[in-house]
Amino acid sequence: MRKLIVSAYKEVLLLLRDWGGLAILFFMPSVLIITITLIQESTFKAVGESVLPIVLVDEDQGEIGQLVAKNLAEAPNIQLVTELDGSPIDDNRAHALVSSGEYQIALVIPKGISDELNDKVNHNVDKILGEFALTENDSTTANPPEKKWKAKEITIYFDPAAGQTFRNGVKSNIERMLSKVEVQKIYDVFINQMELSEDPGLLNDEIITFNETIAQKGEDGIIPNAVQHNVPAWILFGIFFIVVPLGINLVKEKNLGTYIRLRTSPVSYAIILGGKIMTYTVICLIQFALMLLIAKYIFPLIGLIEFDPGAQLPLMILIAFVAGLAAIGLGILIGTVAETQEQSAPFGAIFVIILAALGGVWVPTFIMPEVMQKVSAFSPMNWGISAFYDVILRNGTAADIARPLGYLLLFFAVTLLAALFYDKKHQTH
Amino acid sequence: MEEIIRVYQLSKRYAGSDRYALKDLSLSIKQGEIFGLLGPNGAGKTTLISTLCGMIKPTSGELWFKNLNYQQHRRKIQQQIGVVPQEYALYPTLTAAENLYYFGSLYGLPAATLKQDVAHGLERVGLADFAQKPIKTFSGGMQRRVNLLAGILHRPNVLFLDEPTVGVDVHSKEVIMALLHELHEQGTTIIYSSHHLNEAQHFCTKIAIIDEGSIIVEGKPQQLIESVSGATTLENVFIHLTGSQLRDYA
Repeated sequence: MRKLIVSAYKEVLLLLRDWGGLAILFFMPSVLIITITLIQESTFKAVGESVLPIVLVDEDQGEIGQLVAKNLAEAPNIQLVTELDGSPIDDNRAHALVSSGEYQIALVIPKGISDELNDKVNHNVDKILGEFALTENDSTTANPPEKKWKAKEITIYFDPAAGQTFRNGVKSNIERMLSKVEVQKIYDVFINQMELSEDPGLLNDEIITFNETIAQKGEDGIIPNAVQHNVPAWILFGIFFIVVPLGINLVKEKNLGTYIRLRTSPVSYAIILGGKIMTYTVICLIQFALMLLIAKYIFPLIGLIEFDPGAQLPLMILIAFVAGLAAIGLGILIGTVAETQEQSAPFGAIFVIILAALGGVWVPTFIMPEVMQKVSAFSPMNWGISAFYDVILRNGTAADIARPLGYLLLFFAVTLLAALFYDKKHQTH
Repeated sequence: MEEIIRVYQLSKRYAGSDRYALKDLSLSIKQGEIFGLLGPNGAGKTTLISTLCGMIKPTSGELWFKNLNYQQHRRKIQQQIGVVPQEYALYPTLTAAENLYYFGSLYGLPAATLKQDVAHGLERVGLADFAQKPIKTFSGGMQRRVNLLAGILHRPNVLFLDEPTVGVDVHSKEVIMALLHELHEQGTTIIYSSHHLNEAQHFCTKIAIIDEGSIIVEGKPQQLIESVSGATTLENVFIHLTGSQLRDYA
């Protein structure tokens, strides 16, 4: 036992005197979690909350153009741009403004769209009312003859640098607004055609509304938001980055010659590794605590939502502990197999990024292609994220996370045994 | 004198190699000897020492430490041996005292006596004032002295030395050699590998010259010199037996 404790103490001393290693372990994950959450939050706001300037070219100069302009002007997160330097913007200039990246979106309402919509709506309303007239044997409003319209297109220019998610979000908002304009138009024509003296106010209130409820277990769960999704994912990413300094630590030991001394002393390789496991497990938990403190106390100071683990903190610590073991197992395996730091460091870093991508740190696994979803099921980072989400977002219990934690422990055992086996085979060949 | 190490028909072939690093090598080392292992590059010295330290397993043959078989009692044997590798086998960012305390602890030495031994050892090699300085700030000679201390803190019965004085200044060499003589006088058996033939001639009580994985000659230094006509030094004997050709292996 004393050999194990002394080995762990030696690892602590080595780490305390390695500022570069400490930076990788504590400073970089802290910077990472703040930077990524800020970026993701601002991307989210770009579509949802922040003010987005939209160039509007109204070649129609009719009712539709006016309705679109009115709706855009009334939208709280849109700034309507119809002229620049005192002169109106035409189609070509709008294209140039967007392609140069000066604006992200431009909307071009084609000439004659109002007349055509009026014509179409009037015709269709006449037809519907004609049907009523036929039923009631009123020969004066017989069916009007069938007519064909060539569809007029509203053009939306997007900045080539705008991402697909951003484009889809904006497009969906514009489509919703145009549908509203169309409905309003049809409604107005009905009122006119039926010669009603006053608007019955049918469009004043929404007929169908949404009741958004998060399907959690119990009633004391955390309300999900972008931070609740980001924090666990990046905590896990930070924990797994321990693979890099741990791998370097093992390779350095082999290259220094201290390895010869260790291998010729009456102590098993398992004890040497045990010292490293103890130390790095504590490092993982400190890293976890640090990132949690940042999310709770620093996030609100920089305009992000506070992350509050609430009553789920003990289970989160358990997940961080087990995920830390899995990361340490991987680091030990890489450090044991690699012969140089040039092999271990890049391989470790890139492998962690691959595991993170597969695990759903950047893109949720459920929107991945089917093949990747199957591959993702084998990423330890996926097991860790699943466990964190089960606890934080689904208000899960220890029983709910037993399976992913079991997989992580198994991963730790397999990587550690593989490292011991490789070492034994390699050293006694 | 009592036999402390016995090697019988030891062979070692590394995985993937068609060449034997050691071939049917037999050897007997007695308690209290300073046994010099000499040979050209690639002769098998490092493989033999690594095998005797329990670092690698032989392909065939038998190895005994006193009455203990290496295969069954590796840890017990390692408890009784000390190793001073050619490399500075120390952690550069740890202090001299921290390095020694750590390596001493691996041999199960009690904390209280270990602290005293570390302090005494550092004083013995003239480094008491540098106990709390990190190894990376030490000169080559200072590191060699700490390297030697790390191998003898647990007072081993057998000490393996691989080029203990390579690249050191004269003063450090003096201290190292004096300490080794002191250990020898206290009964420690020393197994010494070096390319410094002059040093070996004066330091060792017995010498074995290895070539191509086998011992080609074995005896006291003076006996070996006398066995070759015209030879006045061990170097003459060495050249006579192994030839003048370069031995480069990759």
